[in-house]
Amino acid sequence: MANDPTHQFLVNKIVPIEIGGIDFSFTNASLFMVASAAAAAGFLYLTTSQRGIVPTRMQSVSEMSYEFIASMLREGAGSHGMKFFPMVFSLFMFILTANLLGMVPYFFTVTSQIIVTFALALLVIGTVIIYGFYKHGLGFLKLFVPHGVPGALLPLVVAIEIISFLSRPISLSVRLFANMLAGHITLKVFAGFVASLGALGALGVGGAVLPLIMTVALTGLEFLVAFLQAYVFAVLTCMYLNDAIHPGSH
Amino acid sequence: MSATAAKAESIPFKIAQAETTTETHDAAPAGDAHGATAPAGEMHTETGVAHGEEHGSGVFPPFDSSTFASQLLWLAITFGIFYLIMAKVIVPRIGSILETRHDRIAQDLDEASRLKKEADDAISTYEKELADARTKGNAIANEAREAAKAKADAERQKIEESLNGKIAAAETRIAGIKDKALADVGAIAEETASAVVEQLLGSKTTKAEISAAVKAAGK
Repeated sequence: MANDPTHQFLVNKIVPIEIGGIDFSFTNASLFMVASAAAAAGFLYLTTSQRGIVPTRMQSVSEMSYEFIASMLREGAGSHGMKFFPMVFSLFMFILTANLLGMVPYFFTVTSQIIVTFALALLVIGTVIIYGFYKHGLGFLKLFVPHGVPGALLPLVVAIEIISFLSRPISLSVRLFANMLAGHITLKVFAGFVASLGALGALGVGGAVLPLIMTVALTGLEFLVAFLQAYVFAVLTCMYLNDAIHPGSH
Repeated sequence: MSATAAKAESIPFKIAQAETTTETHDAAPAGDAHGATAPAGEMHTETGVAHGEEHGSGVFPPFDSSTFASQLLWLAITFGIFYLIMAKVIVPRIGSILETRHDRIAQDLDEASRLKKEADDAISTYEKELADARTKGNAIANEAREAAKAKADAERQKIEESLNGKIAAAETRIAGIKDKALADVGAIAEETASAVVEQLLGSKTTKAEISAAVKAAGK
């Protein structure tokens, strides 16, 4: 059982709750959602409570995350995009914390559940669609009609644009989900080799060195991926929000 | 639930299936829903994490749709609260910290530029005064030089005048002596001439003859 690489993704009920025949139990997934939110919010809250003019190291970390996302959003969606800053910042911090928490052994990785990443992606796309129509009315549909395309090609281009728009929530969610899932499975498989080779005696212990090195290297890579995927999610969110704010400009 | 079960069946990931059944420590009610087509799993297993029912119905866990409702609800609750904390507390707070710092830096820069301006003013005042003093010094020096020069000129003139006077007096005296000498020259010549004539001729000549002869010779 210990070597089953998918076991880590099992959702277990902690407090069973059922409302109207639908299972809303508080599970380990829920626990780590709460843990991620609490860790991220707690870190940001506690490190900035001094409100120092000269920041401490930890306060600098919070400020750097803030400015990192702020500059990303300003570059990606212009100054009008800053009204979405709390959303993009929340998404980035939540995903980053969930990814990093998932790196701790025995911890559940919230973002390795497709439904979670899909819900977050739908939140982004839903915001884009609702804000786009609210702000520009039917003018939002100009998003699908790029400038300077010859008339004959226009139907084809519009079809491509619509398909690419519809595929966004899928690509956005699957990218994050698949990265976290694949990384954790790979880690588990290589770490499992160490354990099973180590059980074979002296020769096995010698042979276990290779997968051990691989596991260590992969762990480093996974920390990079954890940050990178949160970054990519935030960058793409900024780009999609830019479409909602300036639909005719791409 | 039956729809989700059908969906779960169609998903090709069934890796976990065999293992989840073997891991069942708590074997008590495990009998009701084994099998590959277990509908949304009521199988009781136990993991290290929690004593709870799990929906390990044999599908690949992330695609186990029986957990979706719960995950969506708890995601909505936690992310909603997290968003509210971010939007209401954290973002305004960090924003105000950064703004305060920018204001403070701008203020300090203003203060620095004000002080620099003051220093520049002081330097220009100093240089102006220095230039004034130099001009004044030059003026005093020029004045002194002029005065000295004038005094020297006056004295020189005075001395020159007195010298000129002396020269003129001397010249008149010389002219007088010269005239007197020249006047005496005729008499001496007459005497000498009469003496010479007397010696030569042995006869006395009249004074008038001699004088005429001297005058003719002097011409």
